[in-house]
Amino acid sequence: MSAFLLNRFSQSIVLLVIVSIIGFTVLNFMPGGPLAQFGLDPGMTQKDIARLAEQLGLNRPLWLQYLDWAWRLIQGDWGHSFRDGSSVLAVIGRHLLATLLLMGTSTALAIAVGTWIGIRGATHRYSLFDYCATICAMVALSVPTFWFGLIGIYIFTLKLGWVPAGNMYTIGDGSVMDYLHHLILPSLVLSLVHVAIWSRYMRTATLDALSQDFVKTARAKGVSERRILLKHVVGNALLPMITLAGMQLPSILTGALVTETVFTWPGMGRLFLDSLGYSDYPVVMGLLIFSAILVVLGNLIADIVIAIVDPRIRLG
Amino acid sequence: MSKILTSYSRRDALRMVAVGGAAGLIAPNLLGKPAFARTPSKPSGRVIVGLGQEPTVFNPLMVHIEVDDGVHFSVFDALFRIDPQGVIQPNLAVEVPNQKNGGISEDGLKWRIRLRDDVRWHDGKPFSAEDVKFTLELIMNPNFRSWRTAGHALVRDITVVSPTEISWRMEEAFAPYLSFLTETFIVPKHILEKEANPNNAAFNQAPVGTGPFKWDKRVAGDHLELVANLEYFGEGPHIERLVFKYIPDLTVLYTQFKSGDVDLVGQPYITPDHYAEAKALPNRVVTLLPRTSFESFYLNLERPQFKELAVREALYAAIDKEAIIQGLYYGVPTPTETFMPRQSLYFNPNLPLHQFDVNRARKILDQAGWAPGAGGIRAKNGVRLSFTNSTTSGDPLREQVQQFLQQTFAQLGVEMKISNLPAAVMWGEFWQQSKFDSVIVGSTYLIGADPDVTNRLHSRSIAAQGGRGSNNAQYANPEVDALLDKGARTFDPEARRAIYHRVQELVRRDLPFLPLYQSNAVEGLKKGINGFVPNGNTRTESWNALAWYWAS
Repeated sequence: MSAFLLNRFSQSIVLLVIVSIIGFTVLNFMPGGPLAQFGLDPGMTQKDIARLAEQLGLNRPLWLQYLDWAWRLIQGDWGHSFRDGSSVLAVIGRHLLATLLLMGTSTALAIAVGTWIGIRGATHRYSLFDYCATICAMVALSVPTFWFGLIGIYIFTLKLGWVPAGNMYTIGDGSVMDYLHHLILPSLVLSLVHVAIWSRYMRTATLDALSQDFVKTARAKGVSERRILLKHVVGNALLPMITLAGMQLPSILTGALVTETVFTWPGMGRLFLDSLGYSDYPVVMGLLIFSAILVVLGNLIADIVIAIVDPRIRLG
Repeated sequence: MSKILTSYSRRDALRMVAVGGAAGLIAPNLLGKPAFARTPSKPSGRVIVGLGQEPTVFNPLMVHIEVDDGVHFSVFDALFRIDPQGVIQPNLAVEVPNQKNGGISEDGLKWRIRLRDDVRWHDGKPFSAEDVKFTLELIMNPNFRSWRTAGHALVRDITVVSPTEISWRMEEAFAPYLSFLTETFIVPKHILEKEANPNNAAFNQAPVGTGPFKWDKRVAGDHLELVANLEYFGEGPHIERLVFKYIPDLTVLYTQFKSGDVDLVGQPYITPDHYAEAKALPNRVVTLLPRTSFESFYLNLERPQFKELAVREALYAAIDKEAIIQGLYYGVPTPTETFMPRQSLYFNPNLPLHQFDVNRARKILDQAGWAPGAGGIRAKNGVRLSFTNSTTSGDPLREQVQQFLQQTFAQLGVEMKISNLPAAVMWGEFWQQSKFDSVIVGSTYLIGADPDVTNRLHSRSIAAQGGRGSNNAQYANPEVDALLDKGARTFDPEARRAIYHRVQELVRRDLPFLPLYQSNAVEGLKKGINGFVPNGNTRTESWNALAWYWAS
């Protein structure tokens, strides 16, 4: 186990270095840069812009900027936002809970509903339910989320008045019920796509398990279908889903770009978009490293969990 | 003295509403009842301002964008404020210095400002001339990420004469500085002087000012809340809480205005395509607010095609502004003949009016000797009347304007090719070093509300010819140069008005750019909010939140 972890750890470091170099380079080669937005401000002179570039260290060669950034990161200093001067970790911290709430809810919802649809679709293959589920999944996967979001707001807020038009809570209220009320529409919209993905995977995995020899053996022994499903099929079908869940773990903390924008949700996805829009390099790099670490961790956890639940797999 | 001045904001606001109404911008009766009829005896209620970008910079001296201004105007005070008519009024100062009252010396070099004695910071400490000195020095601190330094860089020998009086010397006479000071908010010395690094000071996330509202809290990425400052030295505030809510998607911003989640739509306001629908909404007041930026068909005068005035006049006559404004821009912008916004004190209303007339355009070109040549394109002395036009790619409205003009110009025998570029490329060297033939651009010429446009129209400001500035049309007119030099040294508003009227006349005649229209914002607020007055001489709709109140 320790050899496995050590191996994984060194792989991760290499991965993080590569990700950060690519991210840093791409970011800096985007036309414009953090000071472009002030270029059209009639009161900002070229001298002002040059002064800011020097203060922010943007006039140094790119490799030096990268090394400086990386060296500070190793020492635990994630840098300060160009935009408001706060430390990057503080900026991330301010947006983390909102994302956790939204993504946690929608992921839990998606896993529960998706698993159920997937199993039912597999056990009732080519039934009306299976066809409907397949078609709905294709629609959910191909229609952009922002469209679902806007249509949802149009129908359920403007026409029916059931739910608020976005926001995480009512300013001045903020009770648990208020949060839940605001959570309904965005988490449903967001879980649509995840239900679709999850149910398709689950259906395939269940079909796969259903065709295994041990299921035939169980049937031959006269075990009830219900018992076969619960005892033999679902457990085996869920194994590949652990990997999928491991891959989804990062998104629970990195947020949803589009949904958070449409629903005015102050989460990590929108922070990323805004920081990109402002070319707030330290925050964008911080978010990149943060999500890279989460990807590494998510996969690691999935591997370990699979090893624990599946005795056939040994780590090392 | 300060006793008399406490009535400033009410009197002044009344006057603003009266004039604003007369100008047809916002009529008092639109607000449901005469504005300022009954303000509450103590601050009550809450106004939520919806913004499409998030305010994040709360130290008003640090480099920031427009959307941060609303917070600055509410939490802080400057020495002066500019009213909707463009007249400078005292704020932390007791009077506006000029050469008559001795506040500014005859040569314009010595400034002396007298300050109010009844102002306190939100933490209870008294405000004094030391704070003003500290502020002006912090702006020029080389380690501080300050915003604009123009004007401030000329200040020398700042002297605190007494807690209520400060003086300094200017390196050269520079009249626009007075208007720059209307957006230079004063910060507390007693808090910021202790900070080793003013860029990362705690103050920047929990500002302490002297303004009508105190900082309460911020939920990052979502909203920030201010509460009424009950000790405010001026009149107001009348609302208890002022909330700036960040709504990144503009369709959702409008939807939340419709659904009532947002009381007032701030920058970037209601999108023009929703204007007609918004006007018909019940219990909402939707008006057009004049902005400072204006849109023009901007020419590079060093290109041989555009050197001759006749060509520029012909192109201008061939532009159907009304069709563009009504047909493409939902009737929101206002046609203009000048770079000067109409809400400015210095706006010249007597410029010749543009008339769309393709036949006249044709005649002008014929008379000037531009005869149709190969492919029907006019030419003269080997120069074909063919050019490219560029703007930011991905702006569908401007792209439609380009196609529209391309067709009209083609009827004239003028070839216009369209070549659009991404924003960062467009406004980089291509724009700054005048590498374009022509562009469609929306720009603000004024810094603050001062009419000085040296940076845009003086021949010294042509970057492509080694100058320092943004005269990218490469416009050079010695008379304009002389007027601009004189205007920057002249302090009397009436004398300056004559100077800048003449500048506008000359620029309208020379047409270094073909003025299309002045931008308007579609502002929406709930019926029942009183005291809202637009001020196109500031960059924010929330410049006077101190006067807002809910109808009881």
